[in-house]
Amino acid sequence: MKVMVCPLNGPRPVSEFAYGGEIRTSPNPDTCSDAEWSAYVFNRSGSPGAKYEWWCHIASGFWFAVLRDTTRDVVVATYPAEAVRCGLTPLPAGGASA
Amino acid sequence: MPYRLLRFGLSRKHPEARMFTHHDSMRTSYDVVIIGAGGHGLAAAYYLARDHGIRNVAVLEKGYLGGGNTGRNTTIIRSNYLTSEGVKFYDESLRLWQDLAVDFDLNLFYSKRGHYTLAHTDSAMRTMRWRAEVNKHYGVRSEAVDAAFVKQGIPTIDMSCGGHAPILGALFHEPGAIARHDAVAWGYGRGADRRGVEIHQQTEVTGIRVQGGRVVGVDTSRGSIATPKVLCAVAGFTPRILDMVDLHTPIYVHPLQAMVSEPVKPWLDPIIVSGSLHVYVSQTARGELVMGASLDPYELHSTRPTLDFVEGLTSHMLDMFPFLSEVKVNRQWAGLADMTPDFAPIMGVTPVEGFFLDAGWGTWGFKATPVCGKTMSHTVATGRNHPLIEGFTFKRFADYRLTGEKGAASVGH
Ligand SMILES: Cc1cc2nc3c(=O)[nH]c(=O)nc-3n(C[C@H](O)[C@H](O)[C@H](O)COP(=O)(O)OP(=O)(O)OC[C@H]3O[C@@H](n4cnc5c(N)ncnc54)[C@H](O)[C@@H]3O)c2cc1C
Repeated sequence: MKVMVCPLNGPRPVSEFAYGGEIRTSPNPDTCSDAEWSAYVFNRSGSPGAKYEWWCHIASGFWFAVLRDTTRDVVVATYPAEAVRCGLTPLPAGGASA
Repeated sequence: MPYRLLRFGLSRKHPEARMFTHHDSMRTSYDVVIIGAGGHGLAAAYYLARDHGIRNVAVLEKGYLGGGNTGRNTTIIRSNYLTSEGVKFYDESLRLWQDLAVDFDLNLFYSKRGHYTLAHTDSAMRTMRWRAEVNKHYGVRSEAVDAAFVKQGIPTIDMSCGGHAPILGALFHEPGAIARHDAVAWGYGRGADRRGVEIHQQTEVTGIRVQGGRVVGVDTSRGSIATPKVLCAVAGFTPRILDMVDLHTPIYVHPLQAMVSEPVKPWLDPIIVSGSLHVYVSQTARGELVMGASLDPYELHSTRPTLDFVEGLTSHMLDMFPFLSEVKVNRQWAGLADMTPDFAPIMGVTPVEGFFLDAGWGTWGFKATPVCGKTMSHTVATGRNHPLIEGFTFKRFADYRLTGEKGAASVGH
């Protein structure tokens, strides 16, 4: 991956972006158990596959969502942050290695 | 090719014994199966056979022996960590390194050099003093030293680092050393092999069979085998193995790259690390400069190296040693680092009975190879965590009891 298509700025060199980690949904801290909360805080999906991630275009401070294959480092699609609120298409269980 | 060499090559009667026995087939069951023939897996096999009399052991390796991070690392050995758990653990490893070559009857090229962690800011200097005090408390030889001491120890260094990162002082750790990584894997492998352990290369574990919460066997690319105990020592492949037993951990994988220069006349004796410049460097007995930097910036399960890495690292090398501008880079490569949020490993028993973990070794696990073998063989043999790994347990995250080692492990390795 050398170039990433930013939903706001178009194709830019990847050195202009910062990785923000996988997009994950928080359990409700008021109602979840300690075990659920520690699993959310610490555990990660460490295996390779296609994952939804947060990325930021540093120069413009623009955060957006990326679907990326972490085996081959290929960006499948990028989405504006609103798409995350509206709900991204769920990935097949285990993450598809595209 | 001379005729005699050709005849020697084709003859079955080589005078030299091979390093390892080749086994055509696997047995149907083993007392212990170890996944991964890196230094850690082979060391555990060695001490299981030597110290615990458990010899019906198979080490399964999907590629070739020592072809993972063991054969890709920059071989820095030190014990100047920050937490009491870390300092005690790594210091025990340093002790084990001392007579390893004699144990193996193999030259490990273990070379004590002294290790400088440079400080370019006041806050870095504070961390160096903190580490020095913790180290001394546990009997580890470390000193916070000033700029004049650094200049004397490394006369060729540009103390201003190109004018933008002047060196204020350092943490000097006299026992810091380097060793030949392949020889470590071969030494442990040969020692285990001679004591009856079977090493099977080109054998990938594809599944782990669990019944009623306990391990009963493993599936491999060459068939299934029964076993009550599995030790997982696969570094960057750990999450894939954990999926097979449905365990969840904080481990995430980023590539870590390194590179080596053409050989030059010996001029750099100590090992030098700069966290601010993201550089560490040492010179091997062959004269090559072995250099590394910090982790790649995002998750990736591929070992393809990048030009960005070489550009960044060489520019920081030239900040410290401008006269190297004519020296060529010979090779670069990457390994898959299994990172944890507290920069401490995850070791010992797990909620699955008979499934033992030696992982989360990220960018710093080569130096720990001997002590990991010792403590994991004890843990596998007795079913209870060795006292030295109590700070590194699987359940520390659920208990919110992390072992914060970042200050000493992030760039330093
Ligand atoms: C560039 C780089 C520099 C480093 N520098 C240092 C340093 O200076 N000092 C230091 O202390 N540490 C350093 N490290 C870290 C150190 O290399 C590792 O922590 C250590 O070598 C891990 O050893 P291991 O035996 O656990 O894993 P590995 O040597 O990676 O062995 C794991 C083995 O498991 C095999 N495997 C994986 N999946 C399967 C499967 N399903 N079935 C069968 N086999 C499988 C792999 O093929 C591999 O051979 C560095 C790492 C890198 C990448």
